Amino acid sequence: MSTKNWPLWEIFVRSKNGLEHRHFGSLHAADAEMALENARDVYTRRNEGVSIWVVESKHITASNPENNGELFEPAQDKVYRHPTFYDLPDEVKHM
Amino acid sequence: MKNENLYNYILGIADNSLILGQRMGELCGHGPSLETDIACTNISLDLFGQVRSYFQYAGKIAGDGRTEDDIAMLRKEREYKNVLLVEQPNTNFAYTIGRQFLFDVYHLAFLAELQKSSDLTLSAIANKCIKEVSYHERFSSDWVKRLGDGTEESNQKMQDAINDLWTYTDELFHLTEADKATVAEGIGVDVTKLKDNYYKSVSNLLTEARLQTPESKWFQKGGKQGVHTEHLGYLLSDLQYMQRTYPNMEW
Repeated sequence: MSTKNWPLWEIFVRSKNGLEHRHFGSLHAADAEMALENARDVYTRRNEGVSIWVVESKHITASNPENNGELFEPAQDKVYRHPTFYDLPDEVKHM
Repeated sequence: MKNENLYNYILGIADNSLILGQRMGELCGHGPSLETDIACTNISLDLFGQVRSYFQYAGKIAGDGRTEDDIAMLRKEREYKNVLLVEQPNTNFAYTIGRQFLFDVYHLAFLAELQKSSDLTLSAIANKCIKEVSYHERFSSDWVKRLGDGTEESNQKMQDAINDLWTYTDELFHLTEADKATVAEGIGVDVTKLKDNYYKSVSNLLTEARLQTPESKWFQKGGKQGVHTEHLGYLLSDLQYMQRTYPNMEW
């Protein structure tokens, strides 16, 4: 029997129409079609979703945690990047 | 019982789902991979859901207070009316898939007809089940293709499973007394009419999967009359263990 593992896929599920697809987790599958079916069974069997995207994990380029300093720290002390100094009318609920 | 034919007819349908559901449920924690394990047990839960609807209705028809659980758990082996195909064991994954596929193609065609039943409850149940079963059929035929058109070894195993299970397919199209009576009333499905299309669809899919359609014309029968293969007794002793050991227990 072949012991070679199936490639890994990242699963994105839209839980309701109007919401964006969110990363739900990952699973193994031989190809995209099987990844979709597996994702349907693994992640949406309790009525969690209305749409599924699958992406083979190798196609995702991730930032390197070692570079977190230069990538993200500069943003930490610049509160003026947030529009928090305006008085918002009450009618504007989400800002 | 006033409506004995209808009662027996419903049990004939539901027992197929019950026994196949139990077989698929056996793979819980034992599937070949985490993903297929969950897929098989999902199918199992779909089937058990269908069984509940059928047995609740059958209990109402019996009208003597028997519940869905009584019908599922407290009958003897000879009183189960499922076809022999669905009680065949999970010899290996190819058998699991082969059994599921050979049943799903039938099940889908059957439910499409049952939707037209003059019995509104049965037609409503069929209407609900057919979505689930369409997915089962897609899952099992995809896997038949993957295994058949996979490696030399997977092709051989899939072919062996189809060859062994083939002898149980003809029984799907036999009419019982309850079938004949309910067909005459416009309630039941005349399964003999599904046969040609069944073998055509199955054969097309097998060809696509680079598998041979078996030519054997010798078929097993008996399940619908309660005469089962040796496998059913073991399956029932698992299924019924709790109710037999602790009668009337609930949780």
